[in-house]
Amino acid sequence: MLSIKNLHASVEGKEILKGINLEIKAGEVHAIMGPNGSGKSTLAQVLAGNDAFEVTSGSVTMHGEDLLEKATEERARDGVFLAFQYPVEIPGVSNLQFMRTSVNAMRHHRGESEMNAAEFMKMAREISKQVDLDPAFLKRGVNEGFSGGEKKRNEIMQALMLQPKLAILDETDSGLDIDALKVVSDGVNALRAEDRAILMVTHYQRLLDHIVPDFVHVLAEGKIVKSGGRELALELEERGYAWLGIKDDETAASSALSNSAN
Amino acid sequence: MTTANKEVNELIKREYEHGFVTDIEVDTFEPGLNEDVITRLSEIKKEPQFMLEWRLKAYRRWLEMEEPDWAHLGYERIDYNDISYYSAPKRKEDMPQSLDEVDPELLKTYERLGIPLHEHAKLAGVAVDAVFDSVSVATTFKEPLAKAGVIFCSISEAVRDYPELVQKYLGTVVPHTDNFFAGLNAAVFSDGTFVYVPKGVRCPMELSTYFRINAANTGQFERTLIIADEGSYVSYLEGCTAPMRDENQLHAAVVELIALDDAEIKYSTVQNWYPGDENGKGGIYNFVTKRAACIGKNSKVSWTQVETGSAITWKYPSCILRGEGSVGEFYSVALTHNYQQADTGTKMIHLGKNTTSTIISKGISAGKSSNVYRGLVKFGPRAEGARNFTECDSLLIGDQCGAHTFPYIESLNKSAIVEHEATTSKVSDEQMFLCRQRGIDMERAVSMIVNGFCKDVFKELPMEFAVEAGKLLEVSLEGSVG
Repeated sequence: MLSIKNLHASVEGKEILKGINLEIKAGEVHAIMGPNGSGKSTLAQVLAGNDAFEVTSGSVTMHGEDLLEKATEERARDGVFLAFQYPVEIPGVSNLQFMRTSVNAMRHHRGESEMNAAEFMKMAREISKQVDLDPAFLKRGVNEGFSGGEKKRNEIMQALMLQPKLAILDETDSGLDIDALKVVSDGVNALRAEDRAILMVTHYQRLLDHIVPDFVHVLAEGKIVKSGGRELALELEERGYAWLGIKDDETAASSALSNSAN
Repeated sequence: MTTANKEVNELIKREYEHGFVTDIEVDTFEPGLNEDVITRLSEIKKEPQFMLEWRLKAYRRWLEMEEPDWAHLGYERIDYNDISYYSAPKRKEDMPQSLDEVDPELLKTYERLGIPLHEHAKLAGVAVDAVFDSVSVATTFKEPLAKAGVIFCSISEAVRDYPELVQKYLGTVVPHTDNFFAGLNAAVFSDGTFVYVPKGVRCPMELSTYFRINAANTGQFERTLIIADEGSYVSYLEGCTAPMRDENQLHAAVVELIALDDAEIKYSTVQNWYPGDENGKGGIYNFVTKRAACIGKNSKVSWTQVETGSAITWKYPSCILRGEGSVGEFYSVALTHNYQQADTGTKMIHLGKNTTSTIISKGISAGKSSNVYRGLVKFGPRAEGARNFTECDSLLIGDQCGAHTFPYIESLNKSAIVEHEATTSKVSDEQMFLCRQRGIDMERAVSMIVNGFCKDVFKELPMEFAVEAGKLLEVSLEGSVG
């Protein structure tokens, strides 16, 4: 369903991705791990079409179509969803209005009629419960004054509303306490489906205890240096990135942290 | 400049949809200004002698005044002898007696502008006074309003039919000595709207004036006077548009509001004069003095403005809060684009005890425009317990525009309380990316972000016009991003 071939990308002239190759099939869950600065988030942003990054060579196809030539919003309408690591605030625009505009843009693209306010409200209320958000938050401005955990839950809620083909989750676990991590993971697991692929970007292994991936890839200096199954993540936790000859100051700290959490 | 920015600047080119010219026979004065011109103007309007004398006095004083240059605006000096001071559609006799006698061309013009001059039209709850160049061409719903005791007519009619009221109040809030443009207006004002709401009457419908500049090389100098007597209420809205022309045109209006004890006036403006083209050619110079006197106890005046038009806007709708417990409010959205310049804000002058005022100003700058908020909050020595809250927010779209805030606070009373908040933000690439990642296209995203930014002001507009204002911003922005 998603095929990434020799993808190179840079930001402000600095090359970050240096030849990524990755095949993802519908129904699969892939985890991309790696130290800070390895290019994990860049990969997520490039796939979603952030103009700040320039693709210098390589190709990405989704369902056989060239993804890179499509505008950001076209990719979204074709089913690419990015759960942001740091979603921005849009003051004065209510969550409800934002999500309804989004849902209706997708529906319009599929030739379906727009959802009216009542229908939408019903759906939004149900899904907000699923991620443990008080429906009152729907009336607040987009991400305005949200705690870190609320922002992450809000991102997952949007994924559940939009039912994408490819859900890319960028550090969805960062900054979450154990309870919130459970809620978010349950939401992501609810997204798992035969016709949907999930690509998770994470620094820490602990997320993978809750959302068990089919494949794990280790990214270092813009390249995938090792791929494997679930066990690869556990091995990384055990032995740190240094095991693969990768420098990472945080690994020791993070694995110590997740060990103690366990 | 980021990629998004480039795309935006291409998309930013907006269409001004009211730019057409109505082909109609007119009587127009030769350009030039002197006592003879003013006398002829007064004669055409069949004004009483006091009005002519008032005008001439203002004119003589104006000759000694200097054009102000303190505003953050740049433009070539205006030659006041190059402007024609009167232009009106030709008509057989006097003023039209009924709507049926209004020139069909004019009716069509207003129809195209979306302003119904037929009383059975869809905005049935709104009475309209239509001012075309220098004259009022029609006023709707006069009869039902008259039944409620409300006088709603052109200022020219008021000068003839209600001279006592006019003489008592005209120039009491904005005297001709107030400033250069107010002085000019007092000398040459051609038409405008007059409203009087008697004691205890709640005006049964929204009142509205629609100003249209059509003739070339003509200035529009309208004058509006609204008096709300004790315990009355009125909501009034003005709208304005003009054809696209390469020359700049002058619009120098004066609006005076007077609120007596327990009276309330809600005054809303949707200003969409032609802003000039994308290279800054043409557009209206909008030099306007608007001021309210809250004379009575517990009186209230609320100004709401949505300013998207004009090449230059110089405008500070103000409140003099004299009556004890009187309330002044100012809600403003000012959007500038291309080479537009706006220097706008308000003055809240607290003279009476326990007077309160609220200022919420939202400035949006796009293109190469400049957008200034300038405000004065002043507390007189007797303004015990007075308080003000001010919030000034600026939103920048793109990286070639400017926003400035000049808040002045003067307090002569120690018990007065002032709160001031100001923010400047950008429609960021991150916000745009978030919206687009959710399938929302750029134009929709910008308009959603800008509308969100303006929400606190839009909710103050009469309902019919809140929707209009949102749409107007959408047209005015046509896909801009930063």
